[in-house]
Amino acid sequence: MATTQEIEFGESAARAQRAADELPELQGEKMVLNMGPSHPSTHGVLRIILELDGETITKATPDVGYLHRGDEKIAENMTWNQFVPYTDRLDYLAPMANNVAYALAVEKLFGIQDKLPPRCQYIRTICCELSRISSHLLGVGCFAMDVGAMTVFLLTFTEREKIYNLQEALTGARLTTSYTRIGGVSRDLPPGWVDQCRKFLREVVVNIAEVETLLTRNKIWVDRTRDVGVIPKDVAIDYGLSGPNLRASGVDHDLRKKQPYLIYQELDFDVPLGSVGDCYDRYLVRMEEMRQSVKLVHQCLDKLPGGADNAAKEPVCIQDGKITLPPKGKVLSSMEELIHQFMIVTTGVNAPVGEVYFGHENPKGELGFYINSRGGGTPYRLKIRAPSFVNLSVLPHILPGHLMSDTVSILGSLDFVMGECDR
Amino acid sequence: MFDNITNWIDGLTAMQQFVLFSGVKIFAVFGVLMTCVAYAVWVERKVAAAIQDRVGPNRAGPFGLLQPACDGIKAFLKEDFTPDHVRKAYFWIAPAIALIPALLTVAVIPFGSNLGAQKMVIADLNVGILYTFGIVSLGVYGIVLAGYAANSKYPFIGGIRSSAQMVSYELAMGMSVIPLFLWVGDLNLSQLVISQQGFVGWLPDALGSVRLPNWLVFQSPMLALSFFIFLVAAFAETNRTPFDLPEAEQELAGGYNIEYSSIKFALFFMGEYAAMITASAMMVTLFFGGWTLPWFGLDQPATSIPGGLLHIGIFFVKVVAFVFTIVWVRWMWPRFRYDQLMDLGWRRFIPLALVNIVVTALWLWIRSRS
Repeated sequence: MATTQEIEFGESAARAQRAADELPELQGEKMVLNMGPSHPSTHGVLRIILELDGETITKATPDVGYLHRGDEKIAENMTWNQFVPYTDRLDYLAPMANNVAYALAVEKLFGIQDKLPPRCQYIRTICCELSRISSHLLGVGCFAMDVGAMTVFLLTFTEREKIYNLQEALTGARLTTSYTRIGGVSRDLPPGWVDQCRKFLREVVVNIAEVETLLTRNKIWVDRTRDVGVIPKDVAIDYGLSGPNLRASGVDHDLRKKQPYLIYQELDFDVPLGSVGDCYDRYLVRMEEMRQSVKLVHQCLDKLPGGADNAAKEPVCIQDGKITLPPKGKVLSSMEELIHQFMIVTTGVNAPVGEVYFGHENPKGELGFYINSRGGGTPYRLKIRAPSFVNLSVLPHILPGHLMSDTVSILGSLDFVMGECDR
Repeated sequence: MFDNITNWIDGLTAMQQFVLFSGVKIFAVFGVLMTCVAYAVWVERKVAAAIQDRVGPNRAGPFGLLQPACDGIKAFLKEDFTPDHVRKAYFWIAPAIALIPALLTVAVIPFGSNLGAQKMVIADLNVGILYTFGIVSLGVYGIVLAGYAANSKYPFIGGIRSSAQMVSYELAMGMSVIPLFLWVGDLNLSQLVISQQGFVGWLPDALGSVRLPNWLVFQSPMLALSFFIFLVAAFAETNRTPFDLPEAEQELAGGYNIEYSSIKFALFFMGEYAAMITASAMMVTLFFGGWTLPWFGLDQPATSIPGGLLHIGIFFVKVVAFVFTIVWVRWMWPRFRYDQLMDLGWRRFIPLALVNIVVTALWLWIRSRS
């Protein structure tokens, strides 16, 4: 017996539409690639989970926290001065700038930031700017190495070595400087240091020019960095970027100009700005900031109160027994100083009740310390605003759409340090 | 003693002599090439050190000259670890495939004029250049297989990148030499060298003693362009900076060779350096007159043993100069991105090579009519 079977044919236009709807699922699977936590271009223990379509990134999720040491909690259990060595380990490429930032924050809490002796302020400024040069040298070097230019990295590293020598002569340590104290710095400039520093400044300018010849007009370098990882102005502000990364996007925001601290008001320097916000701009901004820092250090050395050898015995610490340690000789002979010494060493510098936030223009961006004090020698709560952490937050926004090779350029150009990010 | 050997050789049939001398040449060339590979690493490290204001290897022997030996011993003595997840057969065969083509290419390169009655080339093929390209193309399999066999993500990406890269640049490389053979009219590399004797004819006589060797690169602008394309393609073929994407350390943490250890890992490196030396030898032969020098009659085949050795020395020096250049470039430049590399290959060099072929053909046609 014949049967009738009804077969339904959709309209061809409808079929095409349905096929088009199904298409995205037919495009093959995406590859999830785990970049890090131990990967040469992540400069530490950053992990990025990349979702790749071929070589194109469709999604990027940074995973931070591998280097978390609980610095903020540790701070609650020690006196103000005892926390200084922990700040060395934040941005370990610019330890002296961290020391200064922390000391200034605590001094703001004490209300003594304007009473610092001028020589101390100049020395601190020199430290900050040397740190900036050191950090940017490594930042640019690593950036270049990630893009494949090994030689640049070694050239800049040689220069950093000289900064380490200067730090060693100044503080006794090459990396863990712990140079500042609440109300001053741990020691004055050693004899001959100023000349050594000027010599370095002359040499580093030559080195920067050399790096410039290797990279700035190199076709491959420009191809790899221009229009890659563009962070528009509004995005940069939305994500709270700071430092060179923000300025490369064209936002004129430098805390040294906007909220001047130390002696930056008296110094003459320019703030370089980018126009596009791509990796190339970030590179150029860092190069120019180094030159500006060289200029700043020269000015500081010229104006240094007391001169190179400090014959006038200008103080480098606040002369207040309740804040800084008294001279050792007097401690052993005078009752007053003995009490001061005892109190500072055992209970710490006695802080007023209150809360402050101080943002410092660190090489990587705005390093901020929020301090909540209930009085006494220790903070009740100390929060660190780490620029690297904030700068990395923009990754999921800018990475998708780029090729996998661009990841390394973008990471290199953002110039982050995981010690600070994870704190 | 020496007479005995000569008599014994003379007593052999032509076939036996051919086998004997070919064997000797193969072993000699292989030995020299492998030594050069080892010392290319030393040269690389020393040049890098000089460029970067460092000292470089200087512990093992004078100037670190024993460093290659130490590296080799170390590579052999390391634990040869095969991860569980790899595809074993391919994993084992890939390093060998990476090295062998680079060694085979040397067979057709005339590395000297002659020693006694023997021509200083292992196989004097009439289609030498075709053989070269056939063998060189095999090199990509080593890397692709390594990437595939490792069965993990970074090597996989490295393998894919390199297959695309090598296939693309092989085209450019192959097409870049066509004008050369149109010009010379022979595919035999020995004949090619012979055609580069003397000085170029196009320089005005007024220059007097300032004369350029009649090397193919100087003979016409088309051939100079050929050389340029060939040089770039050679960088890409040998995975050297600025085209070292397959093994981009900073992106792929090493690329196709991640899962390898011990001597298998070392074989990839030897393959890379052998390829670099072979590519240099090819460029010397094709564009820079091979073993010839136009001065002191050194462009004529040697009639004596010392003359033959001198020709081998000239060839060697030229090759070393190229190896040095390749090393030098590596330490000065960043690397391209994958898409830029492909763009450069397909949209710049291949059209350029095609145009070059047409222009050369037209030029030759016009010249033959006039």
